[in-house]
Amino acid sequence: MTDEMSTRKINSFQKQKNKEEMQKMVVSFALMIFFTLVAFALVMLEVPSTYVIPILLLLAFVQVGFQFFYFMHLKDKGHEVPAQIIYGGIFITVMVALTFTIITWW
Amino acid sequence: MGMTSAQKSGFGATLWDWLTTVDHKKIGILYLAGGGFFFLLGGLEAVIIRIQLISPENNFISAGLYNEMITMHGTTMIFLAAMPILLGLMNFIMPLQIGARDVAFPFLNSLGFWLFLFGGLLLNLSWFTGAPDAGWTNYAPLSIQSPGHGIDFYIMGLQLSGAGTLMGGINFIVTIVLMRAPGMTYMRMPLFTWTTFVASILILFAFPALTVGLFLMMFDRMFGSAFFDAALGGNAIIWQHLFWIFGHPEVYILILPVFGVFSEVFPTFAKKRLFGYTAMVFATFLIAFLGFMVWAHHMFTVGLGPVANSIFAVATMAIAVPTGIKIFNWLFTLWGGSIKINTAMLWSLAFIPSFTIGGMTGVMLASAVADYQYHDTYFVIGHFHYVIVGGTVFGILAGLHYWWPKMFGRYLHEGLGQLSFWTFFVGFHLTFFIQHFLGLMGMPRRYWVFLENQGLDTGNLISTIGAFFMSFGVIVFLINIIYTTIKGKKASGDAWGSGRTLEWAISSPPVHYNFKQLPLVRGLDPLWIEKTEGNKKVTPAEPLDEIHMPNGSILPFIMTIGFTIASYGFIYQTESKYWLIAVYAGMAIALISMLIRSLKDDHGHHISKEELERVGD
Repeated sequence: MTDEMSTRKINSFQKQKNKEEMQKMVVSFALMIFFTLVAFALVMLEVPSTYVIPILLLLAFVQVGFQFFYFMHLKDKGHEVPAQIIYGGIFITVMVALTFTIITWW
Repeated sequence: MGMTSAQKSGFGATLWDWLTTVDHKKIGILYLAGGGFFFLLGGLEAVIIRIQLISPENNFISAGLYNEMITMHGTTMIFLAAMPILLGLMNFIMPLQIGARDVAFPFLNSLGFWLFLFGGLLLNLSWFTGAPDAGWTNYAPLSIQSPGHGIDFYIMGLQLSGAGTLMGGINFIVTIVLMRAPGMTYMRMPLFTWTTFVASILILFAFPALTVGLFLMMFDRMFGSAFFDAALGGNAIIWQHLFWIFGHPEVYILILPVFGVFSEVFPTFAKKRLFGYTAMVFATFLIAFLGFMVWAHHMFTVGLGPVANSIFAVATMAIAVPTGIKIFNWLFTLWGGSIKINTAMLWSLAFIPSFTIGGMTGVMLASAVADYQYHDTYFVIGHFHYVIVGGTVFGILAGLHYWWPKMFGRYLHEGLGQLSFWTFFVGFHLTFFIQHFLGLMGMPRRYWVFLENQGLDTGNLISTIGAFFMSFGVIVFLINIIYTTIKGKKASGDAWGSGRTLEWAISSPPVHYNFKQLPLVRGLDPLWIEKTEGNKKVTPAEPLDEIHMPNGSILPFIMTIGFTIASYGFIYQTESKYWLIAVYAGMAIALISMLIRSLKDDHGHHISKEELERVGD
């Protein structure tokens, strides 16, 4: 009940902010689509793999960033704790991956 | 609880109530009961192990059965006893401490409990056809080659209960982040809430490694893959890594919550605020952080090389620092306090030297060079029983005695409590202290028999006598529970008279909506602040208004039944493809339950303002 009331009472300031937020979302979504197209194009044009692999990794990295910060709201105020927990998770995943590559398979 | 005692209901209605409950307090009690049941099973297995080792070349049980005993004892105690009992305490107490009316996801909470219970029951069903026998660590390639279905039960049982635990962990994190009462900033949270939070984060990060490991093992055993089979290009060490990437944080999941318990018990019975609160929080995080980068100290003898071994040895030794901070903070909390000794306090006081001995042998084991001597001997057995029994079990018993009046409205009997404490405490040290020396003399762990006249006879006899003392202590504790339930002294809201945190501000046992009005938290130890200002009650943060509560649901139970049937099917489909019917039927039951849950709107119910006014205080 109270939720509906408050959504109806959104003031112009919040409207403006929501609009900006939406713009950012659309822009980052478009960029992600573009990155995906670039990735596919690079592979289809048969660019040598010494160039393609680092570029793909870089594109993937940026896309993950967009995903986390824009679509999962990590950049927003009030999301500091979930953000910290996700950074912790990334840290542990990277460490585990490193372990497997360095001490198990090398 | 309040509801059932007010209106006397039949057995069927009571059962239905418990099967469908989403109340965090009832789920907490279910966790305690389920965990307690498995604790007794694991204890029985321990006694059987000790009877087998009472004399040289004993023939009490066969070698194969002995392997099953040690495997099931370890697995049961860690996954099905210690952790669920802790989850039970967290479930009951943590929402009360932060001034919440329930956890963030009550439905998920219920599902988590049922998955744990049925996972545990599934694992124990293996006793009828042959239990797992590759040790609780289940190392490949031994576990890959183990005949029969024992290991399959281990895989599916742990997968189920592990999923339940993961849900519990996520639930607690969200609850603590989002549902703290007005004014309850992070640095005003009681230490038990803090350690619940950190242990939940550990669950969230550590359990996926176990899940992945179990899946790989499942595919190797049931579907002909070769992740761990060196002959086909696999690598058995991967299992060890995955298991210990999970397994080391797991032991911190077991110990951190009881650190929280002691941090509640000491201030209450010393009538002083916790010494070094900020340092305690910091140390908890530091332990959790370091806990993730030490797993390979379980694998020093695998042959990782001197560089890897050294890094992990140093990281392991570093953990002694934050743990030491905690030990000293507890001692300083006691220093100059107006100390009241009772059973909860005895368990807590006994914890400090016992756990410190375990920590000390831990640092010895952390030295990679020395570990080549200790590895796989009774020295290791002595070490981890000192930290898990002397830490976790003592902490659980301290917590149970401390919060029993809050959970059930009656005090556990003090005399029986002290009898069980002293017998268990003496028995514990008798059993495990001597095992360090047995290990140093060369007695390997997991061996079915030992030979005569090798200097191991007396030590093993003493160890077994100690186990009988511990069993006596546990039996006295059970009698205490029964006695208390029937004739125990009734407890008031602030049962110990010196409660500091919010759970003591409400009635014992609490009403099902916990707080009639959400409390206003004005600092650390909110109830104590109100008391020092002469207030009888905590200041409310909101006017009296209707309360929104979740509805109960049978779906988690049905979903779990579905998953259990499917797991059973997975185990036996290697023998006959007809068992796939069980897989499909079980998954269908679970998925349909999920579909119903998703499509059917359930907005919960409201407790009206008039009803709340009628209840009074």
